[in-house]
Amino acid sequence: MDKQALIKKRYEFLPHTADAMFRAYGKNLSESFSNAAEALFMIMTEVKSVRAEVIKEIKVVSKNEQALLYDFLEELVYLVDTEGFLLSKVLNLSIKSGAGQLELNATLIGDTETKYEIFGHVKAITYSDMYILEEPGFVVLQVVPDI
Amino acid sequence: MVELKLKKVNDYSYILDKKDDMNVPLKVFASEKLMDKMKQDRCLEQGINVAKLPGIKGFSIMMPDAHQGYGFSIGGVAAMDSEHGCISPGGIGFDINCGVRLLTTNLTKKDVYPKIDELLNSLFKNIPPGVGGKSLFKLTDEQLEEVLMRGPAWAVEQGLGSKDDLDNCESNGFLSDADSKMVSQKAKNRGRSQLGTLGSGNHFLEIQFVDKIFDKEIAKVFGITKKNQVVILIHCGSRGLGHQVCSDYLRSMEEEYPDIIESLPEKNLVYAPAQSKLAKEYFSAMCAAANFAWTNRHIIGHQTRISFKEIFGEKVKLETVYDVAHNIAKLEEHLVDGKKEKLYVHRKGATRAFPPGNKEIPKKYQKTGQPIFIPGSMGTSSYVLVGTEKAMTESFGSTAHGAGRMMSRFKANQEWKGSEIKAKLLLENNIHIKAVSNRGISEEAPLAYKDVDEVVKVSHDAGIGKIVTQLKPIGVIKG
Repeated sequence: MDKQALIKKRYEFLPHTADAMFRAYGKNLSESFSNAAEALFMIMTEVKSVRAEVIKEIKVVSKNEQALLYDFLEELVYLVDTEGFLLSKVLNLSIKSGAGQLELNATLIGDTETKYEIFGHVKAITYSDMYILEEPGFVVLQVVPDI
Repeated sequence: MVELKLKKVNDYSYILDKKDDMNVPLKVFASEKLMDKMKQDRCLEQGINVAKLPGIKGFSIMMPDAHQGYGFSIGGVAAMDSEHGCISPGGIGFDINCGVRLLTTNLTKKDVYPKIDELLNSLFKNIPPGVGGKSLFKLTDEQLEEVLMRGPAWAVEQGLGSKDDLDNCESNGFLSDADSKMVSQKAKNRGRSQLGTLGSGNHFLEIQFVDKIFDKEIAKVFGITKKNQVVILIHCGSRGLGHQVCSDYLRSMEEEYPDIIESLPEKNLVYAPAQSKLAKEYFSAMCAAANFAWTNRHIIGHQTRISFKEIFGEKVKLETVYDVAHNIAKLEEHLVDGKKEKLYVHRKGATRAFPPGNKEIPKKYQKTGQPIFIPGSMGTSSYVLVGTEKAMTESFGSTAHGAGRMMSRFKANQEWKGSEIKAKLLLENNIHIKAVSNRGISEEAPLAYKDVDEVVKVSHDAGIGKIVTQLKPIGVIKG
């Protein structure tokens, strides 16, 4: 599939023995991170049907890109477990670098889980088979969450 | 796929001799059929990677249900020298103290079948499965501290479960090396409203009947007295708390030891030297998470009693046979080349299998050996086994833990529809399933797993866990 088509697809799941594996695509790093968040929630519920009832602002600071991806997705898992938060959309995700670290800021729109069918759960994020490939105008990242 | 030249030793085990930078040989307990399955993913390569870790003793061991995991395969044992070795969270798994508890009842198949749907509904109400799975027990900070430090003894003090439940549990349900201060606030927040919940994935509570008794004497000591007797198998772990502990320490070790990370083929193999501060902190956090998991299964056992009494009246009796962990590290003493060594025995997807006479197991099991429970996949048989002396010499007192996953959830979802699997199991085997969602059912379809009968046969033939009884399902609740 060509890169423009993948960017349009935004994310896809791949076979992996014990768990789930997905790839997220984007024009740039921020876009691929936003799509990764949605892919993560697709493991749990029909993201399209989650309504925009709740807004959350999150900030994550990490040493490098893989750690940032790990920590960002893990923050989402934490919100599911502690607040029953389900994602509808990610807005304004930005990644800034400075002082030897990366800072991610994002606005999450979603709802609480009691009103939706939940068919899976993410226990943790792993570094297994994780990669982030960047080229001008195209980013692909791969993550295997533990489910 | 690299062609791995493993030597077949006999019908149930293979060896790969030490080569390159392996510190010990690789020993795989498997039949030919199961070895073929293992070659279909990267688990054997992972077993070899584990053999290269510092301070590993004896063998890098893989069980007949082994399949690819994170860093370490799922279904393996690695015993590390407690002085010069290491502790690796990947060798325990994200779900710290995922394990199995078995309870017997004084009911038979005939008593339970007519009321199975009512029973499943009651269990579903008393034991929330699934996501978020809002527990009926939300803990305060102080209560959570108690649970992390003392395990299910706290629950007994609250009138939940009995002292017998504590006595009939691996390590009496708690590890004294626990330190709740080593568990992050994040982990505590994830776990505080999850006590008494099953969680999702391959976790379940299954109502079963005794189908075959292979060793009448031992079965009797375990409380299993006749064919068609109804028993209950509970499979779950430390929920979000344990997962967060594992994740926290994987990341801490990554930050603390970048050189170690660089040297490893997979980040998830990261370890801390056994005597380091971080190793000790992780171990004490792991012990606390283990205590949480035992409290969880203890409470679920108690809630199960409540449901059974609701449906069958006060006369029904549920007794805990035992409770085993299959994702854990224990500080144990074992003989290695004739010498007594203190080791961190990492069991990931492997169950302890201690022999008769071992002082770690309850008095009433001193003559028989330790009970072991191996759940099959949904809708297939489960087994009760017993620990052996041979397990001590062959596998650091360990055996397999389950059927071993073979097909990805992704593929399983493509192959089958949950509603069809549910209907099929009901029609063909009279198994009633109550699940949060149908997709959870399709992912757990029996064909997505290896053959548990084959796995258990290897354990038996290898002498590391002898078969005592075979159990078959009547009803299942799952998240």
